[in-house]
Amino acid sequence: MTDPTDLTKLSAAELAAKIHAREVTSAEVTRAHLDRIAAVDDHVHAFLHVDREGALAAAEAVDADLAAGRAPASPLAGVPLALKDVFTTKGIPTTCGSRTLEDWVPPYDATVTRRLREAGVVILGKTNMDEFAMGSSTENSAFGPTHNPWDHARIPGGSGGGSSASLAAFEAPLAIGTDTGGSIRQPGAVTGTVGVKPTYGGVSRYGLVAFSSSLDQGGPCARTVLDAALLHEVIGGHDPMDSTSIDAPVPPVVEAAREGARGDLSGMRIGVVSEFRGEGYQPGVLRSFEAAVDQLRALGAEVVEVSCPHFTYALPAYYLIAPSEASSNLARFDAMRYGLRVSDDGTHSAEEVMSLTREAGFGPEVKRRIMLGTYALSSGYYDAYYGSAQQVRTLIIRDFDAAFEQVDVLVSPTTPTTAFKIGERVDDPLAMYLADLCTIPSDLAGNAALSVPCGLSDEDGLPVGLQVMAPALADDRLYKVAAAYEGARDATAGSLVHQVPELNGAAR
Amino acid sequence: MTTVVELMDYAEVVERFDPVLGLEVHVELSTATKMFCGCPNLFGGEPNTHVCPTCLGLPGALPVVNGKAVESAVRIGLALNCAIAPWCRFARKNYFYPDMPKNFQTSQYDEPIAFDGHLDVVLDDGEVVRIGIERAHMEEDTGKSLHVGGATGRIHGAEHSLLDYNRAGVPLIEIVTKPVTGMGARAPEVARAYVTALRDLLRAMDVSDVRMDQGSLRCDANVSLMPKGGTEFGTRTETKNVNSLRSVERAVRYEMTRHAAILADGGSIRQETRHFQEADGTTSAGRTKETAEDYRYFPEPDLVPIAPSKEWVEQLRTTLPELPWERRKRIQQEWNLTDEELRDLVNTGAADLVAATVDAGAEPGEARSWWVQFLTQQANTREVELAELAITPAQVATVIGLVKQGELTNKLAREVVQGVLDGEGEPGEVIERRGLKVVSDDSALITAVDEALAAQPDVVEKIRGGKVQAAGAIVGAVMKATKGQADAKRVRELIMERCQ
Ligand SMILES: [Zn+2]
Repeated sequence: MTDPTDLTKLSAAELAAKIHAREVTSAEVTRAHLDRIAAVDDHVHAFLHVDREGALAAAEAVDADLAAGRAPASPLAGVPLALKDVFTTKGIPTTCGSRTLEDWVPPYDATVTRRLREAGVVILGKTNMDEFAMGSSTENSAFGPTHNPWDHARIPGGSGGGSSASLAAFEAPLAIGTDTGGSIRQPGAVTGTVGVKPTYGGVSRYGLVAFSSSLDQGGPCARTVLDAALLHEVIGGHDPMDSTSIDAPVPPVVEAAREGARGDLSGMRIGVVSEFRGEGYQPGVLRSFEAAVDQLRALGAEVVEVSCPHFTYALPAYYLIAPSEASSNLARFDAMRYGLRVSDDGTHSAEEVMSLTREAGFGPEVKRRIMLGTYALSSGYYDAYYGSAQQVRTLIIRDFDAAFEQVDVLVSPTTPTTAFKIGERVDDPLAMYLADLCTIPSDLAGNAALSVPCGLSDEDGLPVGLQVMAPALADDRLYKVAAAYEGARDATAGSLVHQVPELNGAAR
Repeated sequence: MTTVVELMDYAEVVERFDPVLGLEVHVELSTATKMFCGCPNLFGGEPNTHVCPTCLGLPGALPVVNGKAVESAVRIGLALNCAIAPWCRFARKNYFYPDMPKNFQTSQYDEPIAFDGHLDVVLDDGEVVRIGIERAHMEEDTGKSLHVGGATGRIHGAEHSLLDYNRAGVPLIEIVTKPVTGMGARAPEVARAYVTALRDLLRAMDVSDVRMDQGSLRCDANVSLMPKGGTEFGTRTETKNVNSLRSVERAVRYEMTRHAAILADGGSIRQETRHFQEADGTTSAGRTKETAEDYRYFPEPDLVPIAPSKEWVEQLRTTLPELPWERRKRIQQEWNLTDEELRDLVNTGAADLVAATVDAGAEPGEARSWWVQFLTQQANTREVELAELAITPAQVATVIGLVKQGELTNKLAREVVQGVLDGEGEPGEVIERRGLKVVSDDSALITAVDEALAAQPDVVEKIRGGKVQAAGAIVGAVMKATKGQADAKRVRELIMERCQ
């Protein structure tokens, strides 16, 4: 059970209720989290930048509003949040985990940032990430890795390791991540937290520093399904500044989460993706997953086996499309206008300064992907690589379409294994890429997907994630299924994330 | 390495070779805002004042297509008799350049919004040539670099460079011709006539300022030669950013003679871009395209495809103004001009201007004489094209109207027009500032008339004696006294009244 006096152990919904009832102030809640960050972040390194003053000012503004009798700006007004360092924040550094942007302070807010501020959500700071969101472990951050609160020797997932770790370390009750190939769900799974990749276009990309434009999707990270839903409604919705933003209402995700919490999934048809198990999957992960499927059945869902034959090609297709777009998106980091500039000593030409800066500013994974993408787009290779990958993408969309004719949602493990050790895969990019094996198809198809904790793997005691996938614009289905499952599992085994080892003081 | 090129005599060039032209014209659209953001689309301005995260390509910023620019693109496509794509996309053209904020240009590549059209061009002798249009596509302009401290103004040798991104993201339409063949000796003239016709068309459509001197209309001229009677195109050179109509003609002619000399000498043409020198009418080598640049085009993932509906396209077709050549046909009939008179009108470049002046309310005869005489003279002394004079047909019509109403004399009217040409503002403002209004206040005139009569009693005698023509001397004196601002007719009336 959680300590009711420890504000950092409460859910966002609980905190909001207390703040709005004026049982506690937002400033108290914010200070509790800032203190927690001060106490533990040396060991976790979830944050790249903590905006103590800004956070307290925002919290006090919410408190002043409430004291004046005004209604809260949103259901999450006054609740603190950790923001992935890939969203621009006016006046607060935005580095994307890269030396290239080490000193860059954006002159404008991302739409997500703006919506959070307008909703009275208190931004504690910016969280660590793989450089430009490229990676599956947060080891590619130029500012050092984030540690998994469950085991400091292990990775917290990537690229949004900082956001998910901040939740598991109780440094923040809410966080924002971005998912290009699984960077919200995969860290969620390995830290025992909830991560949602909304339908592509469901959350504005304006001000989200682009990695791969056709795949990037911001989304909520939380410790409970309901908290994620509440955050989803704050950041979601049409944005005229983003052409690819969907001009449709946000699906009723909060309502769906509350409905799911009643624990009845009868009438729901759930498909188990047969391609996502077997060789390469950790037995403990598969056992947790099977137990979760049994639980879904017990809740009344009809579970069937579904085959998505082209999912096998998702990983190679992703590693052509994402680097191609990245090679173009990252071309703007050229030392001409902002960010790092090296060798500008009057002895080098503009072209030399550009390439020397790019050499110095980008880490090895980013360079690898720029090279890969440049090659895949070059004339003579375009059709063989980028073109074929886009065809595979179409086949994957068709697999989903066919599957969703039979079932309402699909389920799979979120990741093939639990969190691996820091350093274990750094010299083997291909092994590293496997961490996103199960999450990539939803990114390629642009539909919605979520990861919810589904127990601890029996061989290493580390969290396992259950992935739920839904058709585009049916994000509410994810919340219904996940909330029902979460309620049932918590009732028998207790809240998973609250079983994270206490990490006050020294690292384990 | 610079080599002095012996040019071949032009007559010999066309004797031995068939020229092939390809013209690429970039047009800056005069939309209120830029192509992909809400920044004002204004020429000039303090550097880097019309910029935002999107047109500066800041991390995270995203483009949104300017609907008005798409509308202009479709209208231009229709006016050029093109097919309009029912579905098309933007692409990214990737290359590094300091004045390009994102290091890729958002453009259209294999999916242009308009394609496969033509433009009929009238040559000086009245012959009509149909120029095929390959495509018209949308893209964004880049910023501008200013290289400081070097001798040439080029980046080479400069101490430092300044970047102005005000122009970055301004909407551009690029219009590309199909290869123009079979023009023989007339190729340079055809090139100029084509750009002229295009400019007149775009001006009539009111989609661009089409100011070549300000770069809102820029022409790249591709020239190649093939041996007389051949069918295989030769290697081409691309002369970039030629910035006047006359220069287009000169650049094509120069390249023809240069190519011919090299080819006749057994040499081969290098595929390269070239710069045109206004001063001596020559071109010089720019970037060599020995290996074709790889732009790594791919569909722009930040923008959704554009799908102009059939209904919308047809609706836009109805918004096309009377096109310049249709208007010419109409004015010839309305004004009863012979083919020759029309051709003269067209050759002075005045036809559309006269027509527009008539549309603005002036009499055809008056409008013609203003443009063909006084304004053509002004264009010559100012060394600009008639159409590049800083006066609009509407302003000319206003001045003509004031003369008709007796508010201006012809002499004063010419001074007003001078003032407008000198940038002193609207005709009304010039009249105000220079004090050019006809003195219509009788009391002031009467004083002047009485003074003149008193000064020349002998003339008064003559008038009273019936020699009415003697009044001219008094009129002249009054006009002199009033600095030409008196209405001569009224002065004469007053003199007669006083001498009765
Ligand atoms: Zn702008």
